Amino acid sequence: MRQHIISIKEFEKKDIDALLDRAEAIDQGDYDPKALEDKILGVLFFEPSTRTRMSFEAAMARLGGASIDMGGVEASSVVKGETLADTIRVVSGYADAIVLRHPREGAAQLASEFASVPVLNAGDGAGQHPSQTLIDLYTIRQAMPLEGIDVGLLGDLRYGRTAHSLAYALTQYDVTIHTLAPEGLEMPPNVVEELRERGVEIVVHDEIGEFTRALDVMYVTRIQRERFPDSASYYAVASSYRVTPELLAEARERMIVLHPLPRVDEIDPRVDALPHAKYFQQARNGVPIRMALLLEVMG
Amino acid sequence: MKDEPRVLQISPIRNGTVIDHITAGEALNVLKILGITGTTDECLSIATNVASEKSGRKDVVKISDRELCTEEVDRIALIAPQATINIIRDYLVCEKMGVEIPRVLLGVVRCPNRGCISNTNEPIKSRFEVTKRGLHCLYCDWYLKDDIPGHII
Repeated sequence: MRQHIISIKEFEKKDIDALLDRAEAIDQGDYDPKALEDKILGVLFFEPSTRTRMSFEAAMARLGGASIDMGGVEASSVVKGETLADTIRVVSGYADAIVLRHPREGAAQLASEFASVPVLNAGDGAGQHPSQTLIDLYTIRQAMPLEGIDVGLLGDLRYGRTAHSLAYALTQYDVTIHTLAPEGLEMPPNVVEELRERGVEIVVHDEIGEFTRALDVMYVTRIQRERFPDSASYYAVASSYRVTPELLAEARERMIVLHPLPRVDEIDPRVDALPHAKYFQQARNGVPIRMALLLEVMG
Repeated sequence: MKDEPRVLQISPIRNGTVIDHITAGEALNVLKILGITGTTDECLSIATNVASEKSGRKDVVKISDRELCTEEVDRIALIAPQATINIIRDYLVCEKMGVEIPRVLLGVVRCPNRGCISNTNEPIKSRFEVTKRGLHCLYCDWYLKDDIPGHII
């Protein structure tokens, strides 16, 4: 049993595999719906995230537990200037575990130092989002073995935390990572260096056709408009890598397309009907993965 | 040709600390680390670019009536890893130590990531692991590689 879930980097391969196995069993109905019936989950979301919050609450409900939340930041003690450390200490007295979403990187680590109950990181700024990475791995594993595959990361690889976390987790497996990013949004050199040190092969592409043909998994991330100085430069980049049915006609038959969502223009809605599209399945997988995580810290 | 007379460039101190073998040019950064400015009260002697048999050139700082604490030595180690610290009591060197960069720096360096939780009013100190790739923030996972003196708190 694990005390906190802060970063995907703290998971070894056997830990990841065990969690994915547990999620798979849960998905097949193999779980006790009263497993957490005497437990309360404190849901602290300092920034909006509909999917992550709702899937944690749904996971808790499916295990018979209850959730309490602080409401929006504007209605909480944060507006009175309370520190996160104090909020965490207080909520530790109300709940059996805390799920935290916060705009500051490192917030979950700080929370774990002040909490007397387990803390689950539901995303801290541009930092870590371990449960999303486990969802990504689980969705890949539903389609193909995690070993010996080519995984492509497309989009904002500079600020996109989900792409970084997935890449770190994939270093535990025998995979080749391919990257394609708009100019200025390439994966940071220190991340590339660390990934290579962990033994993974990274292939950097600059042409989307060649990139698409090389993959078993295409992981698309949203290009964040706020990173660009003006609308024109954003649209120039955002429209440069659009995943379309025409593009996917060149892809391997088993290739799947993932996206942590929400998407904007980077995936043509016509792709939704293709067998490659797995991003809605990926979103649905949030519940069994988070059930597995809640059982891991409170079960 | 007659040898030039040997002249002490800095006079001895009765009590305090002598930081010797500072990387040439870093003496003022050492003072910054120690919080010593033109408005503080310390009696100081500074020598820069002094000839050194060991390193060619070095800086030396002498501070009267002040002995350095571990955190201060950690900070000095970041910018002057060859430095030696001599604690002087009644004109005698009572302790002589090298500096050593610790594995973890606590409250020594400010994280360059403006989004890092350690740059807020939370009741924590910044925490960096010293790695071969640079200083690794143990809160937000960023690496600090350049301008380390500029980020010392």
